[in-house]
Amino acid sequence: MDLAQVLEIASCTDPGMVRSHNEDSIATDAANGLVVLADGMGGYNAGEVASGMATTVIVAEMRQILATTQPNQIDPRTNQTIAARLVREQVLRANSSIYQAAQNQPQYAGMGTTLVVALFYDNRVLVAHLGDSRLYLLREGALRQLTRDHSLLQEQIDSGLLTAEQAKNAQHKNLVTKALGIDPSVEPEIHEYQTRPGDLYLVCSDGLCDMVEDNEISMALQALGGNLKLAAQQLVQMANDNGGRDNVSVILVRVQREYPGARSVMAKVFAWLK
Amino acid sequence: MAKLILSMDGLVLKEIPLSKERTSIGRKPHNDIQIDNLAVSGEHAVIVTILNDSFLEDLGSTNGTVVNGNPIKKHFLQNNDVIELGKYKLKFVAEAGPAAGVEKSDFEKTMVLRPAAARQPDDAPRSTPGANRAAAVQQAATAAAMAGFADAKDATKTVPPAPQPASAPRPAGQPLGAIQLLSGANAGKELELTKPLTTLGKPGVQVAVLTRRPQGYFITHVEGAARPNVNGQQIGPAPHALKDHDVIELAGVKMEFFVKG
Repeated sequence: MDLAQVLEIASCTDPGMVRSHNEDSIATDAANGLVVLADGMGGYNAGEVASGMATTVIVAEMRQILATTQPNQIDPRTNQTIAARLVREQVLRANSSIYQAAQNQPQYAGMGTTLVVALFYDNRVLVAHLGDSRLYLLREGALRQLTRDHSLLQEQIDSGLLTAEQAKNAQHKNLVTKALGIDPSVEPEIHEYQTRPGDLYLVCSDGLCDMVEDNEISMALQALGGNLKLAAQQLVQMANDNGGRDNVSVILVRVQREYPGARSVMAKVFAWLK
Repeated sequence: MAKLILSMDGLVLKEIPLSKERTSIGRKPHNDIQIDNLAVSGEHAVIVTILNDSFLEDLGSTNGTVVNGNPIKKHFLQNNDVIELGKYKLKFVAEAGPAAGVEKSDFEKTMVLRPAAARQPDDAPRSTPGANRAAAVQQAATAAAMAGFADAKDATKTVPPAPQPASAPRPAGQPLGAIQLLSGANAGKELELTKPLTTLGKPGVQVAVLTRRPQGYFITHVEGAARPNVNGQQIGPAPHALKDHDVIELAGVKMEFFVKG
């Protein structure tokens, strides 16, 4: 089904104030309810190559698959919707593409990228992520971080070595423990959340959340929620005003109304029988 | 290391590294930087360098020392400052050359830390259970601090110990702005713009936002068919910089923006 009427999407990406080029890459496909953000790493322009490959591969493949498949169909093997399987497969495919490129071409050796993939379908959002790019949800005036960073810092917080307060001034903020394209295989973290009309989702690279406090992000989103494009630009501007030491990328997705997935006749019968 | 570039009439004469704690400048030959010109005093000025900071001090010279066009007595030298002594110019170039810059930005770049790389060659179990987890993480942190992990294959680079604050503090000297309502039910009321963002107007009718940025205050149109007026002129879609005593008209209400200082 066409979600372009249901989801309002705005995005903005900027190299920041210090870096000469942008290693972040974003892609959105409102019709298919798909947004992808990647923050590349690796020497010279390899980071850009990795993040660019990740977004292109995933969006292109998913678009093709979603043209013929309903993501809310039940997978007979796992008894869950097939969306999770689809997303995971495409993440793994992107991983091998990047890994292969890095192996075959010396200038790309060691490149990789963080990743957030969010697929909106059937009144829910499925999110797969790797690394320290994030998904936030603003609902009823409260901003909540839905993804948990795969970073050394997060592990230190989880194991009690650092408090969240200490973490703000910690070193190694930039060390991620999972990324796309670094190893031959990878397991993305996948979760699913129910969406509600009025929800505002924010996908961002660490260039935003390292430079702008969560409460300031929340304030900007609430103040400018009426104009998503402006809100996205404002967030980037706030990161740059605070120093803009990294590339900054944001994608905003507003759920305007319900969007139940189309169900097959059999599914309806089963639902009615239950 | 910081250095000075000596030039006259745009012609570069010499590059002088600030290798000593005290670098003297003057006409007499015992100075570290000798400038043989009658406009320069015998002992004209001195540059004191402590770690990465350099301070310039005029030693009571006859013709004085000028930095970037301003006569100074004492001055904390910043990158690209130009010191003028008579016809001669000394350009101060701070330490952060391209090499240092690359190193710094490398540090802040996102890098992947692979647990496999931190492990001993004999393949330890992939997940460390329970109590050992914290120790493992700590170990990884130490390993990361020591090795830098710019690249798992090339773990010899050192990470400069330069933790950066989460967000740069707002400039302290930034003037505070405020608006005063000139018409409507609340005419005369004043609102200080302390927050980074302040929304104004009626939702659904016309809304604008005032943003507080290091450069000053800006007004941006958010929603509504018409954009707000500033001094009788409708603003464009881009943020509009506000000047002291600008009059804003929004959703039928007039207000004045002013700087409280």
